[in-house]
Amino acid sequence: MLIRLADLMPLIWILTLILALAAVGYFAGKARALASSGGKIRDLHSLPSYYGTNVALSSLVPSLAVLAVWVLVQPILLESQVVKLIPDSAIAEGSTRDLVMSDVRRVADGLDMAVSNSLLSLEESEEMRAESTDVRKQLGDLGVALGAKVSPEVLAAAQEYRIMRKTGSLWMMMIVLALALVGAFYSYSRTHKDFRARNVVERVILALLIGAASIAILTTLGIVFSMLFETRNFFSQFPAADFFFGTVWSPDFRGDSELGLLPLLWGTLFISMVALLVAVPIGLFAAIYLSEYAGPKMRAVAKPMIEILAGIPTIVYGLFALITVGPMLRDHFAQPLGLGESGSSVMTAGLVMGVMLIPFVSSLSDDIINAVPQAMRDGSLGLGATHSETIRQVVVPAALPGIVGAILLAASRAIGETMIVVLGAGAAAAQMHSGLGALVNPFEAMTTITVKIVSQLTGDTDFAAPETLVAFALGLTLFCITLGLNIIALVIVRKYREQYE
Amino acid sequence: MSDATRHSAPRTSLYTLSPLTKRRNATERRFKAYGLIAISIGVLALLVLLTSIFNNGRGAFMQTYVTLDVLLPAEKLDKNGNRDIEEMKAVSTFGYAPLITNALISRLDEIGFATDLKKKEIGAIVSKEAAAQLRNFVLANPDSLDTTVMFEFLAGGRIDGYMKGRVDHESAALDNKVSPEQLDIVDALVAAGSLEKRFNWAFLTAPDASGQRPEAAGLGVAFLGSLYMMIVVLFLALPIGVAASIYLEEFSKQSRLTDIIEVNISNLAAVPSIVFGILGLAIFINFAGLPQSAPIVGGLVLTLMTLPTIIISTRASLKSVPPSIRDAALGVGASKMQTVFHHVLPLAAPGILTGTIIGLAQALGETAPLLLIGMVAFVREYPAGPPEGFFDPASALPVQVYNWTQRADPAFVERASGAIIVLLIFLILMNAVAVMLRRRFERRW
Repeated sequence: MLIRLADLMPLIWILTLILALAAVGYFAGKARALASSGGKIRDLHSLPSYYGTNVALSSLVPSLAVLAVWVLVQPILLESQVVKLIPDSAIAEGSTRDLVMSDVRRVADGLDMAVSNSLLSLEESEEMRAESTDVRKQLGDLGVALGAKVSPEVLAAAQEYRIMRKTGSLWMMMIVLALALVGAFYSYSRTHKDFRARNVVERVILALLIGAASIAILTTLGIVFSMLFETRNFFSQFPAADFFFGTVWSPDFRGDSELGLLPLLWGTLFISMVALLVAVPIGLFAAIYLSEYAGPKMRAVAKPMIEILAGIPTIVYGLFALITVGPMLRDHFAQPLGLGESGSSVMTAGLVMGVMLIPFVSSLSDDIINAVPQAMRDGSLGLGATHSETIRQVVVPAALPGIVGAILLAASRAIGETMIVVLGAGAAAAQMHSGLGALVNPFEAMTTITVKIVSQLTGDTDFAAPETLVAFALGLTLFCITLGLNIIALVIVRKYREQYE
Repeated sequence: MSDATRHSAPRTSLYTLSPLTKRRNATERRFKAYGLIAISIGVLALLVLLTSIFNNGRGAFMQTYVTLDVLLPAEKLDKNGNRDIEEMKAVSTFGYAPLITNALISRLDEIGFATDLKKKEIGAIVSKEAAAQLRNFVLANPDSLDTTVMFEFLAGGRIDGYMKGRVDHESAALDNKVSPEQLDIVDALVAAGSLEKRFNWAFLTAPDASGQRPEAAGLGVAFLGSLYMMIVVLFLALPIGVAASIYLEEFSKQSRLTDIIEVNISNLAAVPSIVFGILGLAIFINFAGLPQSAPIVGGLVLTLMTLPTIIISTRASLKSVPPSIRDAALGVGASKMQTVFHHVLPLAAPGILTGTIIGLAQALGETAPLLLIGMVAFVREYPAGPPEGFFDPASALPVQVYNWTQRADPAFVERASGAIIVLLIFLILMNAVAVMLRRRFERRW
């Protein structure tokens, strides 16, 4: 743990101090600008508040930026320093440097806690030696459990770690406050009636706006890099070919797992296909009816009703699948037909997911059908075609690319959907070797990529084991599939829109 | 032309349709019917979904309570007799359970109900939670020792099920956790007015309970967790989203950077939510070292998920402010920045607010990413007040639902559905506020 609660209070203090400084700077800057023009606002370049804001911003922005970077970087630097302090002899057989380091961290945190609860004085905690005191027992009494006896090296490293952490925080506080002061004084000294305060302030605000807009890029980068990094770790322990072309999924945390993607991919595609078979016809017909036939009153009632389906959280659909649809399908279809005994099945998850996707397909198609120019309809009707003939032979073909785009977007939704399949589809991976019959039986329980991401990453996880890391490879696969579908869909939809604009 | 007139002389009456016209009309009607059927299926699915959840979850809002007069003997609860709280803590809940059983037996004697059940089985009518309730009361009021105090205890999960029609004498005969004889006692207690169903406030306020005690499980911790996360989302996603939209809508020129940002935002809106969970786990927990199960991490992840929604709706409402407003402001000498912040933004505010509320409602119902950042953990402690509370472990409403579906006791299905009802009520309220804001403040230019 790099950011700890104990670090939080000084942080809040620093923040309050900087904010207070900025507030003082605001009024001081305003007053100085007014004074420089002899109290006449007319002689100032900008409104007085801009001079104040300038002072406040120049004390806030650099100091907060440095603070943020420091908080993130200091722990990483410190760790790398402290790790060097642990001699090789202190690493017991079967242990690793990382494990010893986490001991060091816990001892240091424990000592901090003891000091903050005033169970130990500062001097006592710094002079404590493993040779003379039983650190483990003493910390154990405070509720800090340590695995093994604390060796002198670990204790020494922990002491050093604490000292470095403390000096680091002290330096941080001083540098950040100094920056805030320097910034405030610098801009205060520049405050003069001819100073172009508004231009400076507006440039800073524009930079902040650009920064906010760039968070979207940072998020995408974060997603891609976090998954790439762990996926690389995974492929260094598990051959990539076995992952992409493996036909058996049986993870085993004791080792010797088979982590083949294909059974999961098949489950995902199968369930998505069932869902689309439900959602596409219903959604499409609903959209056609609403946009071509329904009067304004019917539209005002039916459209929101269907769109409510889109606002319902997926956990609700999941529960619906688990307690209503699953048992119903099992009792009335699967068991009488002798196709399966399980409530959770491809059919359960597919049906419910299909319902979830109806509004998705219908509102996208609705927009697209409405975008078809009225002149095309009029032409067809004028030639004597009936309404339905017009729709089938003119409107739908004209809207087809857009509809295909909508279906692709719905498919990407279906592939990435998690809660419905977690609760409705079961946890057993498809058995690729037990024959085609079982593989295409929609009443068989089957699992998907998303379900396995959840099951491999919840509970006690060991981020060194391939059984955990495989989740990142699965996530990356999922991300690539959905990204590909989305991009194709967006390109199609955009092309189509341009056609009629 | 005269030829044509002769040939097209009507072969049939205008009043009878030709077979072709009939067929075409029938197709027309069929096609229209397909549309109607599709819409009805959609509406029907919605109704079935809501009724099923409502029927399953209604029971969670009622709970069975047993009212008993319990004698608190000092010689058992405070052996040294000096009312020292620390010493009294030595008596565990096992010391308190027999008192409740005795109270129940004496109540049965009072109403003249004879039973040959063992003491333990009679005691099982009351929830295991009751002993803890009694112990807390005694430790808080040591003066109450050696007096008789009236308590309302939770009834056991199966007894509660009997009162709600989930359990009957037949199923009880097959169940090793409850027997038909116990149900006879329940009938007698109901007749005597000692056992009744009442509105279950504890469901909304109490923390989660273990898998053996569905009757005591509540949503309190999940409520606080969700509330904290929504606070984080509101305070991060709203300013960042509005700032980003202002830049993209008002200041950006067509450039490489703007293009990349636009593509990124539309892609993020379509990335599966579970991928955001992986991001949260890898970046916020493993890299930045924030604690697991903490509302702050959940809030950060949900912020990233909600941002595209907020940006898209904010841009739409900025776009709907007519250019004449901007021109007028620029014309009287306002700078571009002043125009945006003094005129455009206030006029777009209702739309932005509506979009934010809808984004928050989406975030409130999101489950999958929260599973990955450890919010599935069993949490019984309420998180502390802010700001420390943001770092304490907590649950969230939808995750609590998921948690309960994973437990064996069927009573938890009722709890999960009840929690969904609570969640849906919140979503309906939030959306209603959004609709109201739109109606009230929306301007047509």
